[in-house]
Amino acid sequence: MQRFQCPFCGLRDETEFHFATEAGKSRPEPAEEVTDAEWAAYLHLNDALKGQAREVWVHLTCGEYFLMTRDTLTREVSGSEALPGRAS
Amino acid sequence: MSGWRHPTAGRVNRERPAGFHFDGIALTGFEGDTLASALLASGTRVLGRSFKYHRPRGLWGMGGEEPNAILDVTRDGVTMPNVRATTELLEDGMALSSVNAAPDAAHDRYRLLDRLQRFLPAGFYYKTFMRPGWMTWEPMIRRMAGLGRIDPANCPPADCPRINAQCDLLIIGAGPAGLAAARAAARKGRAVWLVDEAPEPGGSLRWRGGFIDGADWREFVDAVQAEVLAAGGRVLARTTLWGAFDHGLFAAWERRTGLPDVHWRIRAGEVILAAGAIERPLWFANNDLPGVMSAEAALHHLVLYGAVAGRRIVLATGGDASYPVAAALAEAGAEVTLTDIRPEGPDAPEGVRVVRAARLTAARGGREVRCAVIDGEAWEADTVLTSGGYTPSVHLYCQAGGKLDWDDVRDALVPRRGTAPIMVAGAASGSFGLSAALAEGHAAAGGEGPAPRPEGDAPWGVTPMRPDPALPGRQWIDLQNDVTLKDVGLAAREGFTSVEHLKRYTTLGMATDQGRTSNFAGLAAMAALTARSIPETGTTTYRPPFTPVPLAVIAGRRRGALFNPLKRLPLEPEHRAAGARFREYGGWLRPAVYGTGDESTLAVDEARTARQSVGIFDASPLGKIEVIGPGAPELLDFANYVRMSTLRPGRARYGFMLAESGVVYDDGVVLRLAEDRFIVSASSSHVAGVLLRLEDARQDRFDPSRVVLHDVTAHWVTLTVTGPRARDLLDEAEIAVPEMPHMGVAETTEAGHPMRIARVSFTGDLSYEVSVPARHSDDLRNRLDRARGAVGGRWIGLEAVMILRAEKGYILVGKDTDGLTMPHDLGWGAQRERRRDEYLGKRSLFTPEGCREGRRQLVGIAVSDGDAPLAAGAHLVPLDGPRRSLGFVTSSYRSPGLDRPIALALLEDGRARIGDRIGCFHMGEVRAAVVAPACAFDPEGHRLDG
Repeated sequence: MQRFQCPFCGLRDETEFHFATEAGKSRPEPAEEVTDAEWAAYLHLNDALKGQAREVWVHLTCGEYFLMTRDTLTREVSGSEALPGRAS
Repeated sequence: MSGWRHPTAGRVNRERPAGFHFDGIALTGFEGDTLASALLASGTRVLGRSFKYHRPRGLWGMGGEEPNAILDVTRDGVTMPNVRATTELLEDGMALSSVNAAPDAAHDRYRLLDRLQRFLPAGFYYKTFMRPGWMTWEPMIRRMAGLGRIDPANCPPADCPRINAQCDLLIIGAGPAGLAAARAAARKGRAVWLVDEAPEPGGSLRWRGGFIDGADWREFVDAVQAEVLAAGGRVLARTTLWGAFDHGLFAAWERRTGLPDVHWRIRAGEVILAAGAIERPLWFANNDLPGVMSAEAALHHLVLYGAVAGRRIVLATGGDASYPVAAALAEAGAEVTLTDIRPEGPDAPEGVRVVRAARLTAARGGREVRCAVIDGEAWEADTVLTSGGYTPSVHLYCQAGGKLDWDDVRDALVPRRGTAPIMVAGAASGSFGLSAALAEGHAAAGGEGPAPRPEGDAPWGVTPMRPDPALPGRQWIDLQNDVTLKDVGLAAREGFTSVEHLKRYTTLGMATDQGRTSNFAGLAAMAALTARSIPETGTTTYRPPFTPVPLAVIAGRRRGALFNPLKRLPLEPEHRAAGARFREYGGWLRPAVYGTGDESTLAVDEARTARQSVGIFDASPLGKIEVIGPGAPELLDFANYVRMSTLRPGRARYGFMLAESGVVYDDGVVLRLAEDRFIVSASSSHVAGVLLRLEDARQDRFDPSRVVLHDVTAHWVTLTVTGPRARDLLDEAEIAVPEMPHMGVAETTEAGHPMRIARVSFTGDLSYEVSVPARHSDDLRNRLDRARGAVGGRWIGLEAVMILRAEKGYILVGKDTDGLTMPHDLGWGAQRERRRDEYLGKRSLFTPEGCREGRRQLVGIAVSDGDAPLAAGAHLVPLDGPRRSLGFVTSSYRSPGLDRPIALALLEDGRARIGDRIGCFHMGEVRAAVVAPACAFDPEGHRLDG
């Protein structure tokens, strides 16, 4: 059972969290100017990094989305922070 | 019949005899015995049959490493299968029976299989049972192999608590190393948890004894326990630390007498593994005969229980640690010969005959040991004890990700420091002997001052022992899975030289003892056969659980009604009193129908009443997510396929939420109560998901300070009144209904409490959804119930509601849609053409997939061949030409309003096929049907106004 740090609530069991997306993926817009390939890449292509990864997770119990940096190999969590502009 | 009970030795309670049966034979033990010690003392030798060859097998060890003594235990008429005799305490009245034997261990009818051993080599399953197919052979093989039998009456109550705990220092194993560590840590004021499998702390001190710091070991143990408790720690006995998991979580199983077992989940600041070591066997011909035992175990059973392994004992060893064993057995009255493979060793203990530079090459006997062959000479013996050295118990270190190193001096694989966040002390790290264990434990916990010191520490010299392929006869490597040295040789010849391949090909180490006595020998044998070193050969992976743990303990209380708890309606008792039959719908327990009798008949009757006069149903699970703030309209526009910012206050609008893939995620009505206040009525089973998607957009796309979300689903009770006389019923109930059009909503006050009334219809009839805060639900319910008689209304269940909505072609997302359905497949293509702004899933609607010809579209299906409804899930096929699936039936009912079967379906190019004949394929038969519009009842919608 992993434990993650919610920037708002502190250290909690992984069952309280959901993975949302890899960090830094911006939604291509407006739809009229986005090619099929760009959209498919946004929907389906993930880096799935081995090692250090930056990801967006949501703490289900408080409902806040946040950024987490963790090692996908050792499972070590090296940091978590609120989304830009969100105070914690 | 060779084991016996010493008249005084041991710590069993001789005042309290315990009667038990083994394979039907009445025997007696004492309170404090384990099953193993009671059987050993009773002289019972053959405790079971081996897994593959059905050879007789007897007791080998003293704990979780036991490969043979596995029994079905019946207590109070309930049988627990595959209990390890060495770890289960005896209770009066227990009935034990051997496993993998028919009718019993002594008279097993499959014993002749052993004669066929030449034809049953490793991997013979894979080579032999290929034709006509494994499935043909499997039932027969399963009958002959396998262990205990499942007892259908064995349904243990869901009563094992799961307790989360934290401590400063977790010490696994309460032997000398663990105790020394616990003392050192407690003295520094740390909260220590000391966990051990045995009924009391002490570890090997319990049978090897010793004086520590000038006092008997018992005083040392008592003093350490007192110090641990005084420092706020805890000592858990009969507790198996069975798994190391991510981020430092440890799982432990505590067995309690007269109370349910406990499943501990422990997080510790630091962990010290002091799990000790397990004695290795020796390898010689027929080393699996009953009467061949671990020397350490023989001492354990003698000292703790007074159970003596035999009367004429040969002890074969290569290490100093066996000399005290021989001494104790001789003192107990057995005739003991110790054969040491080394030319030199410690002095012969009193009463023990020592033969040096001698090698045990075979045991002989039919059903049990009759003699031991030493250097070609047969010596009469009823018991052969062996010691091939010790294997450190490193399982938990490896489960936590730790790596091992081969250590030539210790002749063992030992933990490589720093590869797991666990410190290892004592025999578990390959530091054998009492003084080493005490010193390492003390140091591991950062002990200050001198470590506890033993008096007269015994020597611990050892000569490495290995299986010898040149030795004639069958030498067992893995007793529980019946793997011999020849099988390892065969695996090597056939190319399965990696340990992981060896394990899977021969099943070595894959039994429930997890290869505690066999893995090392298999590894060493393979290394020798392939001329590699042990580190080159590698080790297999260690996985939880450390020992078999009952699933009832892991499941704990999360079973039955608590496994996935249902959401309950506040009005459930009232519905039950009204005769409701309850069923789960999307996680909610809701009335399916009211009354007694055939359910489908009742549902049709209820639906008919709702069409003719009025029905009332409990719609409380309907989602109610409040969206509040100046940013609410833009958030809802983005999150919905249908724009909501253009909605006027006091009005409601039906729409969809899409996933980014363009697939319909949910449908429902959005109510606008004010300029800056909306309520999203998500489907009852999708509320959490819809809320999460709204939160995602709110926090990651918009200014979260301009809009907030609040799920108030559980705060409100909603009763829906539907039917031509819906308004009459509300009038009769004296509920003031403001004038409002279809899709109007109003907030009112009724008897001093807030009420919300929405004219939203899921049935096609005039409907009012009346919502009140849950605490006022009784009042609303009673008023409606009292009024319904006057207008001929009744309560209706969800089954009737399903019929009513299907008549109208109203969908349920997930039932009438699947993972490919986009809104334009449901007839909602206008927004896709018209909307210029961004919304969730938009771009996906214009991909080649979204624009494809021949997408499955929602249609109705009318039956043209009689009265029986179509089967839901049936495939739609062409009536002529090659048969292929064009789609499938998603909902199917008998319509009381139309007095005929109706169905909804997803069908390729469905809207273009309306009016066409089509086949409906189900269970090999094709019924003729006609494609129709989804809405079968009142297509003009006149009834919406009553």
